[in-house]
Amino acid sequence: MNKPLRRVAIFCGLLVLALLVRDNWLQFVRADELTAHPNNTRVRIERYANERGNIIVDGKPITGSVDSGGNYYKYKRTYVNGPMWAPVTGYASQVYDANFIEKIEDGILTGNDDRLFFDRTLAMFTGEKKKGGDVVLTLSGAAQKAAFEGLGDKTGAVVAIEPSTGKILALASTPSYDPSTIAGSNDEKAWVALNSSKSKPMQNRALREIYPPGSVFKVVTAAAALENGNVTDINKPTDTPEGWKIPLSTIPMKNHAQGCANASLNRALEISCNSVFAKLGDEIGVEKMNEMAEKFGFNAEQFVPVRSAASVFDKKAERGGNAQAAIGQFNTATTPLQMAMVTAAIANDGKLMKPYMIDELRAPNLDVIKKNEPEEMSRPVSPENAQLLQQMMENVVSEGTGGRADLKMDGVKVGGKTGTAQHGEKNSKRPYAWFISYAKTAEGSPVAVAVIVEDASGVSREDISGGGLAAPIARDVMKAVLKGQG
Amino acid sequence: MSVVTNTTTIGAIEAPSRRNTELALLGFAVAIPVFAYLNVGLAIDGKVPAGMLGYGLGLTLLAGVAHLVVRKWAPYSDPLLLPLAILLNGLGLVLIWRLDQSPRLIQLAKLQYGAFSPSAPNQMMYSAIGIAMFVGVLLILKDHRVLQRYTYISMAAALVLLLLPLVPGLGTDSFGAKIWIRIGGFSIQPGEFAKLVLAVFFSGYLMVKRDALALASRRFMGLYLPRGRDLGPILTIWAVSLLILVFENDLGTSLLFFGMFVIMLYVATERTSWIVMGLLMAIAGAVVVGSTASHVQSRVAAWLDPFECLKTAPPGTNMAYACDQMTQVLMSFGSGGILGTGLGQGNSDLIKFAANSDFIFATVGEELGLTGVMVFLLLYGLIIERGIRTALAARDPFGKLLAMGLSGAFALQIFVVAGGVMGLIPLTGMTMPFLAYGGSSVIANWALIGILIRISDTARRPAPSPAPNPDAEMTQVVRP
Repeated sequence: MNKPLRRVAIFCGLLVLALLVRDNWLQFVRADELTAHPNNTRVRIERYANERGNIIVDGKPITGSVDSGGNYYKYKRTYVNGPMWAPVTGYASQVYDANFIEKIEDGILTGNDDRLFFDRTLAMFTGEKKKGGDVVLTLSGAAQKAAFEGLGDKTGAVVAIEPSTGKILALASTPSYDPSTIAGSNDEKAWVALNSSKSKPMQNRALREIYPPGSVFKVVTAAAALENGNVTDINKPTDTPEGWKIPLSTIPMKNHAQGCANASLNRALEISCNSVFAKLGDEIGVEKMNEMAEKFGFNAEQFVPVRSAASVFDKKAERGGNAQAAIGQFNTATTPLQMAMVTAAIANDGKLMKPYMIDELRAPNLDVIKKNEPEEMSRPVSPENAQLLQQMMENVVSEGTGGRADLKMDGVKVGGKTGTAQHGEKNSKRPYAWFISYAKTAEGSPVAVAVIVEDASGVSREDISGGGLAAPIARDVMKAVLKGQG
Repeated sequence: MSVVTNTTTIGAIEAPSRRNTELALLGFAVAIPVFAYLNVGLAIDGKVPAGMLGYGLGLTLLAGVAHLVVRKWAPYSDPLLLPLAILLNGLGLVLIWRLDQSPRLIQLAKLQYGAFSPSAPNQMMYSAIGIAMFVGVLLILKDHRVLQRYTYISMAAALVLLLLPLVPGLGTDSFGAKIWIRIGGFSIQPGEFAKLVLAVFFSGYLMVKRDALALASRRFMGLYLPRGRDLGPILTIWAVSLLILVFENDLGTSLLFFGMFVIMLYVATERTSWIVMGLLMAIAGAVVVGSTASHVQSRVAAWLDPFECLKTAPPGTNMAYACDQMTQVLMSFGSGGILGTGLGQGNSDLIKFAANSDFIFATVGEELGLTGVMVFLLLYGLIIERGIRTALAARDPFGKLLAMGLSGAFALQIFVVAGGVMGLIPLTGMTMPFLAYGGSSVIANWALIGILIRISDTARRPAPSPAPNPDAEMTQVVRP
């Protein structure tokens, strides 16, 4: 009977071998996939097993972590002034994952990042409890507060950037929500309510929403005109008749302002003449227009490091479309961040700095793991042309449509541009009110702001103009930044 | 095979008893679980666990008693079987104790049953009863051939044991599978004991009938086909296995018994045709039942693609439950990776139900990793290998068949259970021998080891020297 016995022995060996192979398949080949599987609650258990690190603004944490005593998720995220900071921090929920900074820097905040390996190992020997590292932001509490309170119960967004570095100083979006309400494990009701709310409080309008820019886009067209030599003297009258016809059509370009016929570039920006800029856009051509727009950051997602939506300039537009795109209509659409970048580049004498909002990452023992340095992104305009643009934008504030943004502070010059973008079929919906501006002192420009107010229920239609609604918010944000510096 | 085969452990000269080897190995088999116990305590509470001394002494006592009994009553037995079983049993205790510490499982038990009682003390008691069973087997069963006398009584006993869970009021339905009976406060899994009794029956029966089954056959397409009337036994066993599958809803048990029978039939008759027939019948049975029984269907769906099935299965159904369980088990294995999280630091308690019994292998996978799982599989492989080696060494056909049957059943059980939790085959309701929580399993498997040790002792015992011939002195050859 020994021959079949040996064969059965081999068969039993094969059974064990099959198990060994299967185990290697599971625990080696598929290990990463199974570990990171969305159904695997271990990721979240691990995320909340230890005190989560904090997100820090102006040296003070804007987040917290409390021991919730749960069997599954020990610690729970809390937020200081949640609605104001929600577009920046995002949320970290025990059930619904996380987003924005909370998600991107999850490794540092939980303490699981490879860069914290040494700290973890050390803590293991000293018996200290594992703790997450901190994320220090570039934002300014005062500017954020001014932006958030300025928006109030209106729907809109504000982005403020320090032009010389690209540091984001304020990033507000309203209506907002308190991430604390969805941080726990029994917050399904709040989560459903937030997600089904018509006002979309979880939408980050500063980064992820693209709006038609309307007249604020004219600064890009002006920059292209100067850079490409279509305009050499900003005060020389342009050859633009009133009722200039949009190419390839018989419809004249309508002006809302008086005195646009043959207006100079300076004057046209001051009173926001559609005809002058549409004609300039047509002269520059879609290729050069697109080149300028892309130098400012259009047609690309920005990572600050939270991803922003890509702003759009239609590079395939035919002449008529291009002429309308040049005044911020047609397919042109932009995030508030993008317009802040345009303003910052002009205020920084033509040099666009890459926008970012994480200043440094710190280990639990406060050692700096990574410090972000300002980085140049592109040079859309020459310093000379940037100064001409500044001169014109300052004119807008001192003489033209942007008067309400004036800070009236000694030694501070303010440049800006208003915009009122049409939207909806035949202009049926309330237009978007835009305002972009910067402040400039003798040392340079400390702040550039872009403000959009999406809907202003209760304000009469004529008042919805960038100058009326958005400019005061921009003024308050700039004031907050200047005060903080002085 | 070379001519000088030392595969049989029979030697012409005085065979070493290897009892001291066994003792040394037992030292490791006790020390490793004690360190594992310490590891769990340090990982969970950060201090040396209070029960460590008691646990260590208890395990030492069990191992010591077993060893002394073997030394006295089975001195030539295989030296590896006992240490391997002690090691697995000890580590099983540690794993069960580790899961007793899980606040999630405690909370769950309080929600479901109103109270939580730790499983480790019970398992310690079962292990003691198991060792007692082992000792009993060695003391009572002086020669395994005695069992041959009980061939047909064994058959009756096996049938009763297998059908007990179907008796109304006695059997309990635990998530579809009806393989438990409840007497007083105790749940018993009769299938574990049936495994032993059936092996005895098959050995006795096949030993008698092997010639008829092997020789009286017709040749057809290169295979020796048995006569119709000789097909009786295999058809009966097949039918009983199918009945188990249909009425007790347990794929594992029926696969185990049918597989064991086919293996023993093959060994007894040396005819490959039996294997072919057995495979065909198993496939036919599995297909028929698999396409009709809903319980088996949900297990199959959970096996094919648990994550997909979890999305499609209607919530609250048996299928959704089975799929969710399978995803949890797979993620537990996956999260362990190569080295595991370390004892006491994993989250295998997320499996919730039966974490310390049917799914205890997932805790091994998560906390000890690929490395740990492979070690455990090799330990089991060693037990199987020593069992088959015992069968090879045994000098009587009954002993050969019995050792082979028990080792084969053990191998199939490992494959069915570990393959089930690792998603290699559909999940069944059996548990890992020695590792999983459950009295029946521990006690029956200790008896199994006892029988193997008895057979191996008989096999390795040196042949008694011929009795001195009283005539030898008388008949002296006188040479001139």
